[in-house]
Amino acid sequence: MGHYVPHTDAELSSMLAFLGLGSLEELFAVVPAALRLAGGLDLAPGLSEPDVMAAVEALAARNRPAGADLVCFAGGGAYDHEIPAATPRLAFRSEFVTAYTPYQPEVAQGVLQALFEYQTLLCRLTGMEVANASLYDGASACVEAVNLAAAATGRQDVLVSRGVNPQWREVLRTFAAGTGHRISELDLSAGLTSLPDAGEVGAVLVQHPNYLGCLEDLAAARAAADRLGAHLLVAFDPVAAGLLRSPGEFGADVVVGEGQPFGTPLSFGGPYLGLFTCRMEHVRRLPGRLVGETVDVEGRRAYVTTLRTREQDIRREKASSNVCTNQTLIAVACAVQLAWLGTAGLRELALRCARGTRYTRDALLAIDGVEPLVEAPVLREFPLRTPLGGEVVVERMAEEGFLAGVPLPDEYGENGILVSVTERRTRQEIDAYADAFERVLK
Amino acid sequence: MTGAAGGKASSAPIMGRADEPTIFELSQPGRRSASFRTTGLPEWAPEELVPAEHLRDAPAPIAELSERDLVAHFTRLSHRQYSVDLGAYPLGSCTMKYNPKVCDDAAALPGLTDVHPAAPAGLTQGWMALLADLERILCAVTGMHAATLQPPAGAAGELTGLLLMRAWDAEHGGRRHKIVIPDSAHGTNPASVTLGGYDTVTVPSDARGLVDVAALRQRLDDDVAGIMLTNPNTLGLFEEDIAEIAAAVHDVGGLLYYDGANLNAILGVTRPGDMGFDIVHMNLHKTFAVPHGGGGPGAGPVAVSERLAPYLPGPRPVAAADGAYRWEIPERSIGRVHSWHGNALALARAYTYILANGGDGLRRVAEAAVLNANWLRRRLHGIYDLPYDRPAMHEFVASTASLKKEKGLRALDVAKRLLEEGFHAPTVYFPLIVEEALMIEPTETESLQTLEALGDALEAIASGDAAEARAAPRTTPVGRVDEARAARRLVPTWDARAKGL
Repeated sequence: MGHYVPHTDAELSSMLAFLGLGSLEELFAVVPAALRLAGGLDLAPGLSEPDVMAAVEALAARNRPAGADLVCFAGGGAYDHEIPAATPRLAFRSEFVTAYTPYQPEVAQGVLQALFEYQTLLCRLTGMEVANASLYDGASACVEAVNLAAAATGRQDVLVSRGVNPQWREVLRTFAAGTGHRISELDLSAGLTSLPDAGEVGAVLVQHPNYLGCLEDLAAARAAADRLGAHLLVAFDPVAAGLLRSPGEFGADVVVGEGQPFGTPLSFGGPYLGLFTCRMEHVRRLPGRLVGETVDVEGRRAYVTTLRTREQDIRREKASSNVCTNQTLIAVACAVQLAWLGTAGLRELALRCARGTRYTRDALLAIDGVEPLVEAPVLREFPLRTPLGGEVVVERMAEEGFLAGVPLPDEYGENGILVSVTERRTRQEIDAYADAFERVLK
Repeated sequence: MTGAAGGKASSAPIMGRADEPTIFELSQPGRRSASFRTTGLPEWAPEELVPAEHLRDAPAPIAELSERDLVAHFTRLSHRQYSVDLGAYPLGSCTMKYNPKVCDDAAALPGLTDVHPAAPAGLTQGWMALLADLERILCAVTGMHAATLQPPAGAAGELTGLLLMRAWDAEHGGRRHKIVIPDSAHGTNPASVTLGGYDTVTVPSDARGLVDVAALRQRLDDDVAGIMLTNPNTLGLFEEDIAEIAAAVHDVGGLLYYDGANLNAILGVTRPGDMGFDIVHMNLHKTFAVPHGGGGPGAGPVAVSERLAPYLPGPRPVAAADGAYRWEIPERSIGRVHSWHGNALALARAYTYILANGGDGLRRVAEAAVLNANWLRRRLHGIYDLPYDRPAMHEFVASTASLKKEKGLRALDVAKRLLEEGFHAPTVYFPLIVEEALMIEPTETESLQTLEALGDALEAIASGDAAEARAAPRTTPVGRVDEARAARRLVPTWDARAKGL
């Protein structure tokens, strides 16, 4: 039988005999004959392990991954950070990889405790009180934050800054078609969100630092949300958070983000990690799973998924979220990576990104024709305007051995490119990048 | 017995009954693991880089551990965790099959892991070819026309499917409000219906455990946008009236949504497209062996019939005449449902698994899955109640209703007692229409010897001391957990505990 089906021919015969059946086909007697697939699936026959690896390796060889011959300066929601040896070795231990949702807590204390630690780490990072056990990605975390705020305020109108990742905004619009939320966008002015003075909305969502890398004024955002009677939702960058005041300090109601920078490779965009934290007063509306500490029958410390009555399998059509399978393993990797970085290391990570960003920005702005798209302060990425436009620059720079950045959509102004610098980038790489940038523009 | 069981864990947990401290308790001020690359960059201070009003007063308190302590901690946590790699995991509806290791290796190739999702198409042709080929394969398996790989989980696939219905509905006569769902459906179905902006109408199951077709007809009218069905259903039974159901739903202008949770049972045997379904989601973490990761990541691609293809999320990888791939947004797309291209590495794992199995191997997967479920079901005949006495597909539902009456043995007690025997428990108390339900899905990768051991264990529990089962589990890292206390006295973080909240 197939590679992973263990049955011997003798066992198949004895099992069929036990059931009083003469053939495997008879197992499917309940499937009406008219619906049976004649001739089998129109797929190639199975391959041996070496052959299947060769097939996938051949596909992988048709990509140009980030690395020494394509030095990565692209960000925009996916970042080329270091991943220490310990992170995949621990997070991808097969006990974590091949378990499922901890429905039987007595044999799932490993995953449950790792998630409890993850929740604690996220709260320490954001200054919030409660975190869930993960959502799919930054976009889904934004969607759930908006759903929470709309349900809590009873208002369908939501203001979303154009400083929020454009792809996340698109996902918000997609799902708003179902929920009926009315999403309006707030323009940027000199790189920062223009906040309205009056109105009645359920939520204000800003990203900090925003998609252009600029540091938003969260105190002003909180004040605006208060004027509008809205919940303040902040999409934060967990790396920048190593240096920045936490959104919790500014009184955010919900803080979400993309957790990929902690322990997950670029991965062509997934699986990533939706970070979701909120204030305790919103815990009954928290989407997804939540792990809590409790005790077992003998009073020993134990962990379990809790407030389960919020969830879809119990509340069914009254549930405010349909999340079931989430990104637990990526959350475990995030917890390992954060613990490895530690208190001093997280700060140093953010600082190193900021130093590389400053150095790179200065080098590029010294090139003829390169201008800042906006002047607002940045931390780990920044937008530029070039005479050629982002897409052309990226194409030409790839020939020079660099992934130059992410082309910016025209809503941010024409010919923009977003450049991101992580702690991996050396002075030598940045100097070579700036030289190539200058050549390409000529 | 014809041999020893491979699927019965004997080694977990190791030194199992002591607390493992949290990383916060292990933390010592000043200790660290992190080290950074030598960059040669100027060492500007934070104040020179970031305006003072934005800077933290103090570093975020994370934890301070040596790498050695960190490794020991997470290794010990892994010893407090049951998994497929340790033993059989007959968790009904979750398809906890063996996850082939070659898929781990394939998904760890730097040519796949280190590709930036925003890199131009010219640099990502391998990924785009893989994704396009996977779309083609999933369409072949389901009998559909086109697919999106963006949904990152089954529930996300459901909601995507409902938004596709909505978009279709909006352009074909306007607003319908209702979605029909059987009473045996997964909870994600009605939750997704609500988020899709529809109202749920429940259709009962009949005495056979199948959709009551007469009751369904009473519920069908021109306000019904569609029906969501799992086939085989959550009782493990094939909805044999599916052609009649499809015709009835299509007659009122509704669409049929296939919840692919149980697709494993019918691979190569029959296809949702041939049954009349318009929209299909697949759980690649169930059917196609993407490991479940302690609760994810999975992947929930959605495939559709030709008429719905223009509405799919985009962008999708499309081959041009010269064979090069480019991104294309379908003409009437509902828009993105994921930040990027879906859970790409999970998609690569599923692709690897499918290539290894091939069309012939996938059919064998279904055969062995159904054989195993029926063998175990027959084995338990006369021991547990089997409420629907019909041939099962890949899973079946047993019940302790009689045993509860007779000796107070509940489904929960059986589950907890089974943990002591080295097996994971079945799904309990689902589907909701069966009292004291034990939903058992052995999957195709468990051997006859493992099934025999599991059958023996379940029989011994049924005939054993109910009081002993109520006290179980006693050999696991912790005993029965106080769930009510966790909810009543919520401690969601270490800091909440330290504050005595």
